[in-house]
Parts: sequence; structure tokens; C-alpha cells
Amino acid sequence: MKKEFTAVSLPTSLYREIEDAVRGTADPSVANYIAKVLRESLKKGGSTEEVFSPEDEEKVKDRLKALGYID
Amino acid sequence: MIQPHGGKLIDRVLKGAALDEAKKRAGTLPAVRLDAESTSDVENIATGVFSPLEGFLSRKDFRSVLDRMRLSNNLAWTIPVVLAVDKKTADGLSIGEDVALLNPAGEIAAILHLTEKYGYDKAETAQKVFGTVDAAHPGVAKIVNMPEVLLAGPIDLIRETPTPYQKYKLSPRETRRLFQEKGWTTVVGFQTRNTPHIGHEYVQKSALTLVDGLFINPVIGKKKKGDYRDEVILSSYEELIRNYYVPERTTMAILMMEMRYAGPREAIFHAVIRKNFGCSHIIIGRDHAGVGSYYAPFAAQEIFADFPDLEITPLFFRSFFYCKKCGSVVSDKICPHGKEHQIQFRGTEIRDLLLRGEYPPAELVRPEVAKIIMDEKNPFNE
Repeated sequence: MKKEFTAVSLPTSLYREIEDAVRGTADPSVANYIAKVLRESLKKGGSTEEVFSPEDEEKVKDRLKALGYID
Repeated sequence: MIQPHGGKLIDRVLKGAALDEAKKRAGTLPAVRLDAESTSDVENIATGVFSPLEGFLSRKDFRSVLDRMRLSNNLAWTIPVVLAVDKKTADGLSIGEDVALLNPAGEIAAILHLTEKYGYDKAETAQKVFGTVDAAHPGVAKIVNMPEVLLAGPIDLIRETPTPYQKYKLSPRETRRLFQEKGWTTVVGFQTRNTPHIGHEYVQKSALTLVDGLFINPVIGKKKKGDYRDEVILSSYEELIRNYYVPERTTMAILMMEMRYAGPREAIFHAVIRKNFGCSHIIIGRDHAGVGSYYAPFAAQEIFADFPDLEITPLFFRSFFYCKKCGSVVSDKICPHGKEHQIQFRGTEIRDLLLRGEYPPAELVRPEVAKIIMDEKNPFNE
């Protein structure tokens, strides 16, 4: 069965960065690279990771520091 | 990092204006006083330890957990998390109203948005959760003495009840952030209610060779008579970690929760909790969360076959012992020598030695750990 594709917009600067990164690799296609990274991310469930506000995140980090868990 | 159970870490801890408003309002609400165990349950719900629960189980979920070991949305859940009150108290509460939940000190800990009141069959609940109706089983005994009406509904936490071990009290959000800061993608959780012996160390370190980090997670709270006291468990682990573990690869936090002693069902429950803390793996040993001889030695491992959708990976360990000929801790799977060469890790024998003031052999317990226990006037629950 023929695969169907759709277009997604990326900032041109990000596109260029990816282009530079994949140049000279076994598969220099930017589209293939992005698809692969997204598939891996979805597999890990990263795309649905809970996102808290930066203030909340900072509070968590501060407490861990205060308790000596992190530097 | 592994996703929380159900895909979302529950956060029902009130903050800011919502907290101020709730505090004001709570004083005018009908109140129910909780025991220490239910207070811990409330906190565990609010901070996401029990994700995806947002409150005490509804009748539909309660039935589903008893009958299928799953919530009504089909998500694995094996232990009923319920709030029981006597009939007179229940009769004084109306569905749809808010109820102030007080901690054992009488302080307002949370608000329950009451959605349901229902009865339950004690014998059926005991049989399904614990596999027995024998009142000598501590979980069954609790059900026998539980009041007759269950209250359901989401809760909002107003106040955390402090513990003497605040340093070790981390929420799933905090442990997840900690693992991230440490660069751990895979983490193995170790559930314990004991001081560590060499066998535990062997299991933890064997598991750690497969993953990035080790999360030692002692259960702090009501346990049965003869179990080690909480402070002894924590001090002995502190000493073990200080002397024998790689600090960058090991961390410890407490789980404020009552042991249910539900064996296989509780093993799944423990796995779900560690998944919420961010563990990709959990160690499940022989007779995990068992008591007496109510469960087959490996039932707590076999039950995982019924939950292929759990996502957290169990690491099963068999019985292990010290083999004098091998000169190390081994299991029957890897040691070819006979029983005459074995020294068993029997908790009761180790306890008897400690109670007599004798140091257990270094093959069984690290001397530093033994000293911590022996320095305690009374290391066991009475």
C-alpha cells in the first residue's frame, strides 16, 4: 500500500541545523531523520510527558538541592 | 522516562489562591477524622503516588478492582484504596457536598468532594484481596475492624502531615526530576520493610548492573509486630549506602504507606507506585509483600503474567543464600553445591541473633548494619 504523507512547518533555521547534522550520514534525508526521532520519542512516551510550569519545576529543583540530593 | 500509570501524574495539592480559599472554607464543612494510614493514602493520591487515582474508589471501580484487578477503565489496579466510616457518620454526609478530612492530630488535611457512599461485603473483600478470610492475616483483621460505609470522591490536599523523615519524603515529581538530573533513563525500584542483609545487597546490585540507577524505597508506616522500626530501617540503609554503594548510582526515599500484606496483588500495586516514581524496573523477590504462609513462594512473580500492559519491567529474583564453597551470595540457579554449604538469609534467625546481642556472621549482615541495629534499644515494632 502506498504511504501517505503530510507537510509540517519547521523554522528554516532548525531545518538547516538538521540538514547540517545529517549531511554525510548513511541517510542524509532531513524528513527521514525527523520521522525517526519522532518515532523514538513516541515509543518512549516522551511526547506525553507531564509539563509543569517553570516556577513549579524550579521549586522541585530547589527542594532537591536543599535536601542534598543534587548539587 | 517511563510515563506515570495512566499517562498523567496526578497533582491535587492545592496552591496559591485555591489553597487560601479551601482553608477558609474547610472550617465550615462537616469533618471526618482519618487515621494515620488514610492520611497517608490522601497524600499519596494528591501527590501522584497513586496515579491515576484522584480520590477514593467509586463503587464501580471498587467492584472492578475486586473482580478484575483493574479499574473500570481497564487500567491495572489491584488494591482497593478506600475511605471507610461508620454508618452514623455516613448518614450525616450528603452526596455532592464537600467534607473536611482531618489528620490524626485534628488538623484539616484535605477536602473530599463526596460523590458516593456505599456498603461492601467484608468476607468477599478479604477473600478477593488477600485470598483468605482468616482473621490472623493482618490485612483481613483490618477489614474485619473497618467501619461499614465507604466514601468515594476526588480529594484536594490542603496540608501535608510532616514526618520525622522529611529529608526522605519525595513526591513522584521530585523523584522524576532527581532521576533526570542524575541522567538516569532506567531506574530499578526496591521495595523494602526490612533492614538490609547481604542478600538484599546482592539483589540490588545485580539489578543495578542492568540499569542506570537504584531507587531504594522503604515503606514507612504501620507494619506488623516484630517488623523493624522505621528509623532503624532508614539508619541501616544510610550506613550501607555510605559504605558499600556508588552514591551517583543510588538514591533512597520513603514511601509513607501501610503495608497490606496482600502478596501477589500488592506486588502489582507496588510496581504501579514505583512506575509513578519514575522507575522503569522493579525488583520482585520470593514471597513479595507476603505474610505467614498465605501465598505460594513465587505467586507475586507469576501474577505479572496477567499484566502485560503494566509497562514497568519486573526483575524476578529467586531464593538466594550464601554458599561457603562459592564464597559468595548465589541462588539455586547458579550454584551447583549442596545444602551443606549454604547459609540461608532467614530474617527470624538474624533477628534472634541481634536480640541476643550477637553479631550475625559477616556473610549475612554487614557489620556496620548490624551495629546500627544493635545500638538501638528496641529495633522492632511492638
